[in-house]
Amino acid sequence: MTTDLQTIFPELILAVYAMLALVGAVYTGKDNLTGPITWLTAAIMAALALWIGTGNATMGEAFGGMFIADPFARFAKVAILIAAAAVLLAGQEAVARRGLGRFEYPLLIALATVGMMMMVSAGDLMALYMGLELQSLALYVVAAMNRESVKSTEAGMKYFVLGALSSGLLLYGASLVYGYAGTTLFSGIIGAASDGEIGLGLLVGLVFVSAGLAFKVSAVPFHMWTPDVYEGAPTPVTAFFATAPKLAAMGLFARVLFDAFGGAVGDWQQIIALMSVLSMFLGAIAAIGQTNIKRLMAYSSIAHMGFALMGLAAGTAIGVEAMLVYMAIYLTMNVGTFAFIMSMERDGKPVVEIASLNQFAKAEPLKALAMLVLLFSLAGVPPMVGFFGKLYVLRAAVDGGLTWLAVGGVIASVIGAFYYLRIVYFMYFGETEGQAQAPMSPAAWVALMGSAAIMVLGVINLFGIDTAAAAAAQALVN
Amino acid sequence: MNNLLSIITFLPLVAALILALFLRGDDPAAQRNAKWLALAATTATFLISLGVLFGFDPSNTGFQFVEEADWLMGMSYKMGVDGISVLFVMLTTFLMPLTIAACWNVTTRVKEYMIAFLVLETLMLGVFMALDLVLFYLFFEAGLIPMFLIIGIWGGKERIYAAFKFFLYTFLGSVLMLVAMVYMYFEAGTTDIPTLLNHAFDSNTLRILGITVVGGAQTMLFIAFFASFAVKMPMWPVHTWLPDAHVQAPTAGSVVLAAILLKMGGYGFLRFSLPMFPVGADVMGTFVLWLSAIAIVYTSLVALVQEDMKKLIAYSSVAHMGYVTAGIFAANQQGVDGAIFQMISHGFISGALFLCVGVIYDRMHTREIDAYGGLVNRMPAYALIFMFFTMANVGLPGTSGFVGEFLTLVGMFQANTWVAAVATTGVIFSAAYALWLYRRVVMGDLIKESLKAITDMTSREKWIFAPLVAMTLILGVYPSLVTDIIGPSVENLLNQYHAALPADGTATEVAQAAAH
Repeated sequence: MTTDLQTIFPELILAVYAMLALVGAVYTGKDNLTGPITWLTAAIMAALALWIGTGNATMGEAFGGMFIADPFARFAKVAILIAAAAVLLAGQEAVARRGLGRFEYPLLIALATVGMMMMVSAGDLMALYMGLELQSLALYVVAAMNRESVKSTEAGMKYFVLGALSSGLLLYGASLVYGYAGTTLFSGIIGAASDGEIGLGLLVGLVFVSAGLAFKVSAVPFHMWTPDVYEGAPTPVTAFFATAPKLAAMGLFARVLFDAFGGAVGDWQQIIALMSVLSMFLGAIAAIGQTNIKRLMAYSSIAHMGFALMGLAAGTAIGVEAMLVYMAIYLTMNVGTFAFIMSMERDGKPVVEIASLNQFAKAEPLKALAMLVLLFSLAGVPPMVGFFGKLYVLRAAVDGGLTWLAVGGVIASVIGAFYYLRIVYFMYFGETEGQAQAPMSPAAWVALMGSAAIMVLGVINLFGIDTAAAAAAQALVN
Repeated sequence: MNNLLSIITFLPLVAALILALFLRGDDPAAQRNAKWLALAATTATFLISLGVLFGFDPSNTGFQFVEEADWLMGMSYKMGVDGISVLFVMLTTFLMPLTIAACWNVTTRVKEYMIAFLVLETLMLGVFMALDLVLFYLFFEAGLIPMFLIIGIWGGKERIYAAFKFFLYTFLGSVLMLVAMVYMYFEAGTTDIPTLLNHAFDSNTLRILGITVVGGAQTMLFIAFFASFAVKMPMWPVHTWLPDAHVQAPTAGSVVLAAILLKMGGYGFLRFSLPMFPVGADVMGTFVLWLSAIAIVYTSLVALVQEDMKKLIAYSSVAHMGYVTAGIFAANQQGVDGAIFQMISHGFISGALFLCVGVIYDRMHTREIDAYGGLVNRMPAYALIFMFFTMANVGLPGTSGFVGEFLTLVGMFQANTWVAAVATTGVIFSAAYALWLYRRVVMGDLIKESLKAITDMTSREKWIFAPLVAMTLILGVYPSLVTDIIGPSVENLLNQYHAALPADGTATEVAQAAAH
């Protein structure tokens, strides 16, 4: 039992901290403490990331295989913790300025993060569901954090209803899997499911579980909620939605597909490949008409999830490695991009219209340049690091015999390039005054500049994440 | 000095970084500093690159000045030049100082303008030196970003349309090449270009979706690369982005676009399409030859009716690139030698022609042919230089334009007499549109009021043209200067190409059999 507790120690720390802080703040300063709590939460997350990342945390299985701490979980957890901490800090000032500075916010994010860490470590359908719901419930609340805004409460409601539906699908699938495999442990399911011999019940269960997870990663055709929630939620919260939970859901997806159904790649490969190609094209095409930058980023994230799924669809270790590299790069780009978006304002009021960025490059050349780099990176144009994410998944797809998917992906990326370029067009080529400003707290400025710098300098060696991702993929696929 | 190539490639980038980080303000003094720094950096790059030219051993057909370091995913940072690429490197370093000097009159966002050109130079040089597939792709694609900004920020009225069209058109072409590259990596297990040059890709006939593909994987790979390079060249019928981009780009942008960026397509054919997919190239060769012949005649005719000077020269560029592709896919020594020669020569001539347009555009702010007439009365020096380059563009013997056209036509004649016959008519058309342009702009009486006060070229402008005139003449009367350097490498390339083809041209026969 003690070794079990040791294995889940990082999660325990964060969970206990969140609850203690919640109680403590209620009895003391309440909302006045929001600032310090935000910094403290981020500091704890960063410390945990360092601790896990340097390999000092205990590895192994806990609770009879329900919880797995392996290199795959380690990679995902480090990325999740860093992204969550970065978004918290970058958004702190924006949250305060919009009058949303409640002390529950950082703590809910911390709880969501615990859920995400649980998700990527899940070795059992129950653990999977626990992690997923902990994450989702916290996120439903923060989506509706701006109680005075109709859009925000609507976003929270929509997110909750659709999220609950997806959880229902997932649970139904899980119960089928349990029924036909006789166990909820992934290590048991994999014995019951191997290529060509997977029973119909198990197959239906797999489809429902996949549908539920596709909801969480917002892959087409389960993407409907994304633009509305992204638009309605306060921008700092949207920034959070677009980053860490996406990686957590993708990691969980990989866990289920490889740990539980790794013997039946042929049975799920087409499902994932189809979702991948649909997501890439829908994300690329639907974003063209958007005038709201948050909705645009929502479609952009759908397209990016399509690319990450391309890695999973390959069904190989190279594919998982590609997915992890892609997601790590995606997280970095989005932290920077959203650090910018949440600081966009005109006359002190937040704006989200792309047209308001007209001639932004004249007013703030440095920030415009950073955005230029990030946008080209999102579009996947070399030498920005975003290109390497695409290269990894393309290699995985060709390697996995899915050349058609690779061709589809690159064509979608050209279509997608158009709307990223459109933002560049407004910032650099615009003729009328848009009058948007982007006053930034030092933390947001660092997030923007840092992620832009990473997008350029990463061309040298990707900061070594490729080797870490390769080790993680090896641990998952064997 | 075994990292000479990296120094040449990244020197402009370093200068761009210095500009970006240390140069503050937008006052005239800062602008002047930016221009001088850019000029100094590009000139230094040229001078250092002379070391490559003089140290280059033409009799060695392998890669020289090779440097290599490990990179991601089993790829490597590998640079090197051979007889085919070394002159493109020289062309780039030679033209960039002139380009910078040509935009001395720019006053808006000068610092950024200079940074864009310096970054562009690094990327262009990288394309010609890269010896790794992905590294090549990286430089090849990244060049779109500065060019997109140059057209979009400093371009003319329709610049936004032109910038988007330029970017998306070329991007679409290139991504298919990317998939092909990933496939090659998967097949051959390496992205190293020298290794891939000796790798025989599968050429067994395939059936894909019910269509018989003669030449199999090679043909598919060839088509994917063709999609990219044909757009870049540009070949008819995917040339339509070029006139828009040229017309809207600022003068210096047009010069770089016509003189260097277009050459990347031809270079790509020589570096990848011909040697790596010989069977595919053989299967598709006749098709490409006919596309080239159509391009030469059709775009020459289109050039004839243009009212905008830059558009006219842009169409003329497409026609001249037709000679290049035809020469390459004639796949014989004269053809390929001629194609490379034509690309180098076109670099000087088209660059100079765009500069000529720039000279009068700077004065009158219009490129309409109708707005001019009788310039010879006020601008004798300009009339002389414009005349010289018009003639070089037509291919007057004694200028470098003649050698390129003649060699490619000889090559074409050996490969396919009909193509050569059609292409030769292009020579006549080019004389027609070029001379007619010259007559309308320069000759006649100066009757337009607006032109009465126009001034002749300044000494700065004259000095920009001097090296171009010199190179055009030298290469025109002494072409061995180029052919001696490229000859052995081209011969080696063609030997390998013909050795890789099935004996007795079976691929062609199979292709014909399949067509029936």
